[in-house]
Amino acid sequence: MAAATVEAAGHHDTLDPKTRLRANRLGLWIFIASESFLFAAVIAARFYLLGVDRPEHLNQELALLITAVLLLSSVSAFRAEDAMAHNDRPAFFRNMSATLFFGLVFMVGVFFEYREGMEFFPPQTLYGSVFFITIGLHAFHVLTGMIALALVINLAAKGHYGRDDYWGVEATVKYWHFVDVAWVFIYPALYLVSW
Amino acid sequence: MKRVARGLGLGIAGWLIGLNLAAVIRGTQHVNDQANIGIAYVFALSGWLLGVGVWDAWVRGWLGLKPKAEEPDEGWRRYFSFCTDHKVIGIQYLVTFVIVFLIAGLLAMFMRWELMSAGETIMNKATFNEIMSLHGILMISVAVAGVLGGFGNYLVPLQIGADDMAFPRLNALSYWLIPPVAIMLLLAPLAGGFDSGWTAYPPLSETNDVGQVFFILAIITFGLSSILGGLNLLTTVTTMRAKGMKWSRLPIFTWSVFSASILSVLITQFFAASLLMVFLGRAIGMGFFDAAKGGDPILYQHLFWFYSHPAVYIMILPGFGILLEVLSHFSRKPLFAYKLTVGAFLAIVVLSVVVWAHHMFTSGMSNTLHGPFMILTEAISVPTGIIFLSALGTIWRGKLWLKTPMLFALAMVFNFLIGGITGIFLADVATDMNLQDTYFVVAHFHYTIMGGEIFAFFAGIYYWYPKVTGRMYNEAMGKIHAIWMFIGFNAVFIPLFYVGVQGMNRRVADYPLAYERGNLVASISAFVLGCSFLLFTWNMIWSRFKGEKAPSNPWNATTLEWMTESPPPEHNFEGTPVVHDSPYVYGLEDGLHAELGEQEPELVGAGRPE
Repeated sequence: MAAATVEAAGHHDTLDPKTRLRANRLGLWIFIASESFLFAAVIAARFYLLGVDRPEHLNQELALLITAVLLLSSVSAFRAEDAMAHNDRPAFFRNMSATLFFGLVFMVGVFFEYREGMEFFPPQTLYGSVFFITIGLHAFHVLTGMIALALVINLAAKGHYGRDDYWGVEATVKYWHFVDVAWVFIYPALYLVSW
Repeated sequence: MKRVARGLGLGIAGWLIGLNLAAVIRGTQHVNDQANIGIAYVFALSGWLLGVGVWDAWVRGWLGLKPKAEEPDEGWRRYFSFCTDHKVIGIQYLVTFVIVFLIAGLLAMFMRWELMSAGETIMNKATFNEIMSLHGILMISVAVAGVLGGFGNYLVPLQIGADDMAFPRLNALSYWLIPPVAIMLLLAPLAGGFDSGWTAYPPLSETNDVGQVFFILAIITFGLSSILGGLNLLTTVTTMRAKGMKWSRLPIFTWSVFSASILSVLITQFFAASLLMVFLGRAIGMGFFDAAKGGDPILYQHLFWFYSHPAVYIMILPGFGILLEVLSHFSRKPLFAYKLTVGAFLAIVVLSVVVWAHHMFTSGMSNTLHGPFMILTEAISVPTGIIFLSALGTIWRGKLWLKTPMLFALAMVFNFLIGGITGIFLADVATDMNLQDTYFVVAHFHYTIMGGEIFAFFAGIYYWYPKVTGRMYNEAMGKIHAIWMFIGFNAVFIPLFYVGVQGMNRRVADYPLAYERGNLVASISAFVLGCSFLLFTWNMIWSRFKGEKAPSNPWNATTLEWMTESPPPEHNFEGTPVVHDSPYVYGLEDGLHAELGEQEPELVGAGRPE
């Protein structure tokens, strides 16, 4: 979805660039709205089944750390998009690579989360079920976001994109922000709420 | 053609690779291991999609490879290829779902045969449950995607004066996600089938045969297809309307598709999420719905109905759209209360997501929820009533032209009225306590969806047949089909109301002798109803080849799709459509909905971003 800019062989796009960009943007926002309902469903399940209960063994330090890293990655993603909008390619590559790196750090954090979770609340328990489906869905989204980031970096290195044509970058960055915002809801729902 | 073959090959290869890989990694060899099946399916689906066109259409571009110049398929082969033309995709949807409709209808015939008399007639009870479930989910898929995917794709760009959808390749992808769904559902009986109905409630759906996993994987894929299709329709209507096509000038069918798409884009995720939870419960023992682990099966019902109640509006709203479209064109009158009707569509979109728990009055959920959900549900009859008002106001003192589409539309008004009125008894907590899970519910639901949407679907098929195929259907056969289907349909389901009120349970292969007479009538009528589709099929096939050539506007209708040839050329319009007025300008001296402006050749392709 994210980097869908290159037209298929044989297909002729008759939209003018302005309308194309409008359509692309609207399509992406609808996609994001749809995806947020997926996360809403699992978070709703968490409160339905468990209210605001949470287990004793939650690695708060780790969760806080990866939350900070993910928030930081949104900053660099924003700066990367902005750099491309101003044709500042070195800054684009710097910030894009930083975003990818923060994403990687986050995923390493999720791996430790997973290991601790398996020990203290395996998926066969109620909290474990909620925890693993939410973390799993989110991690899947982070992973697809990282793949998109890598593809965009690769395309930019090959000379694609410029001041007037950087939809692929914009889409990837917006998607990345969405993944980040989803985590902003998931983190308190899994780690912070309690009486 | 080549791509479809490649997709099939890669899909099967993906299945085998995934299955073995999962077995090796997870250290279980059993073919029925459900997690392994899930992993294998992800590989198979990826292989199929990459082969059928995703690789060429997207991935090459993502990787920065040169686009491959492949000869596009011509003629009938286009229908078996990753074709991005919205008209081809619309026909792919229509033909696929008419076939699925006929298959699922055949299953209904077997059910009615079994239910013709009490006791075991032709099949055992387990088989009946599987056939009932398969009939249910296949028909639900027809109802969700037949009108929205078929007519939505074919007609929305034409009605708004666009030359294609906003995302043509995504459009092709949403269609090519359907074959894996069909394959998985039809293969499920080989894996033991699924017997939990189309609703797949746990705990049954967490403990029955492996066929249920096939169901889950298929329906999650189907949901993805609906979401992508809805996204495309919303974007197309928003950004690609012709000059002068204000929101207040959109044909009512396009409005209905737009409203239904809002719902399908947002809420489908809840069905996917709830089925994912069932799958994870089965495959690795997660405890969402397992009371022994502290879970709660009622959570499934909440998540499921949060999708599936609005889903009936995804089905019926485009049906209303076709209904009003046909009524206006065949009454030769402007659509009555157009703006109010559009408001009613949008009101239904909002209201439909806050009524879901009326399916759960007897489930054991908190009693405090009964009152609010009853009142909200009954509030939906206000916008629905407005739609009826629009239908009746349009016919009122019109000059009715009783062609086949009009007969179907009038039949739908009658059927849906019964469906709507019987719905009140189900929305009302006190009566629902007695009627829940009886044939009254079955009859009510079939009156709304089959009597409502499917009748509208057929009205649409006959109405747009000349446009889509370029040939006229046989009018006499069409009229006979309409009357035959109307009588047959009512003769099946009125007796079922009767046995339902008496207390006959649904989804059971057997019943006490007291219900035998009503069931016998329903079964015989069902066979009569079933035969009407043979006539329909014959009419469609025969007229496609031998029918009279259709003019561009056989109905003297005003909307834009009739201002181009039948069938439309590849870029839809020879010229640039310009819209001046409302789409229903009948009886007005200077009424002109739209005209085709000069072709502006420098525009075509000039805006292509390089």
